[in-house]
Amino acid sequence: MTALGALIRRDIAIALRVGGGALIGVLFFLSVVVLMPFAVGPDLKLLARLGPAILWLGALLASLLTLDRLFMADHEDGSLDLVVMSRTPLELACAAKALAHWIAAGLPLIVATPVLGLLLNLDARSTSAVALTLLAGTPALTFTGMIGAALAVTLHRGGLLLAVLVLPLSIPVLIFGVAASEAAITETQTFGAPFLILCALSLTSLVVGPFAAAASLRQGLD
Amino acid sequence: MSIACGAAHDYQEANSRNTMPFNPKPLDTKPLNLMSLIDLANPTKFLALTARVLPWLAAVTAILLAIGLYQSAMAPDDYQQGATVKIMFIHVPNAWLSMFVWGVMCAAALGTLVWRHPLADVAQKAAAPIGAAFTFLALVTGALWGRPMWGTYWEWDARLTSVLILFLMYLGLMALWRAVEDPSRAARAAAVLTLVGAINLPIIKFSVDWWNTLHQPASVFRVGGSTLDRAFLIPLLVMAVAFTLLFLTLHLAAMRNEILRRRVRSLQMLQANHRAA
Repeated sequence: MTALGALIRRDIAIALRVGGGALIGVLFFLSVVVLMPFAVGPDLKLLARLGPAILWLGALLASLLTLDRLFMADHEDGSLDLVVMSRTPLELACAAKALAHWIAAGLPLIVATPVLGLLLNLDARSTSAVALTLLAGTPALTFTGMIGAALAVTLHRGGLLLAVLVLPLSIPVLIFGVAASEAAITETQTFGAPFLILCALSLTSLVVGPFAAAASLRQGLD
Repeated sequence: MSIACGAAHDYQEANSRNTMPFNPKPLDTKPLNLMSLIDLANPTKFLALTARVLPWLAAVTAILLAIGLYQSAMAPDDYQQGATVKIMFIHVPNAWLSMFVWGVMCAAALGTLVWRHPLADVAQKAAAPIGAAFTFLALVTGALWGRPMWGTYWEWDARLTSVLILFLMYLGLMALWRAVEDPSRAARAAAVLTLVGAINLPIIKFSVDWWNTLHQPASVFRVGGSTLDRAFLIPLLVMAVAFTLLFLTLHLAAMRNEILRRRVRSLQMLQANHRAA
């Protein structure tokens, strides 16, 4: 257990340092949310209607763009080879890295959501609904994104390919996340059903992601 | 994977591993028509088999397609949709095959990852563009059918969305194949992605049951039997079989091309090495 704990602590520490990428994700989230009113116009009612969708899209794109940090930096300095060769099962190591990535890059997004909800004219109730669904859904984004990151780790220009591979797998999370937010805000449908499916998606990716990522890393690094 | 000079070597190597569940017998000298799956691991034998089988397969496919198209043309008009219903005879087999091809790729992916069957790589790579084409045709014929029927070319309905996602996954898979230089490493990466993407197949199949939006629910493969009248069911099944044989023909031809392409690549690399030396 201490090996995994050390891995988590190391990844969080690296991510929180300058150039580590944790707060850059929040900055990108802010940029995307700021761009939307320029695109759709400053109509506050429209922005409030689109608010959950804009926040979810921003969070999805922000987590997508910080994904290649998951393995690329370690691959470049050789520590990924050490992790693959160590006695800790590679699946658990991948899960630990994804967990650290979520803590360092996903949680700040959720913390930033209330502030950005103000920009989109969302009231406190809507913003907390969106934040709750993000809390349930961003682990799914991180863990399924880890599969793409592992597949693209050995490609030098793999950034865009990574996005292309991960986006189809993230679409269900986006659909149910926005559906749950809308249900909490407008109360036209039940909140429980999409929210529970969102939690199920996160839990499934918690299991499937590390196994698929470990298999990809093994074939990519030998 | 030195296919150019290692055909016999591959065969012996594959044989000596002795983990194959399908043929425990050693090197057999039986005639070609009693081959088993492990014999096909030898690319030269596979090419010989393909050369013999492919013309017949293509001929049977053409005949069945002709019969199917004739039956489709002779089928009665629907009381509601008129003659437009005949798009179904092309749209539905394409849709079925788009999912079937992903299933075939999953089986090939298992062959790559679990058994390291040499031709599983080739089978995977060859099937991807064909499956993408079937999916694209299903989407396009569906859009052409939807315009007169639903009034719109496209709708973000559950089944249409999930088939579009399948199409994106096919394209992503093809991009992954071309991104990695070494074919056998690309095969393993693609195998993982194929197996992960297989989750989309039950979603597509059951999407019309879970979300009742626009696309009609299942009419053929459903509990309680088909609801299609025989006049429509028979041509549909004939076209489905014809399309499946079409896929088989195209797949074998594509596998043959892929093997030859790898041989060319190996020869080019040998030539480059020879020149450098």
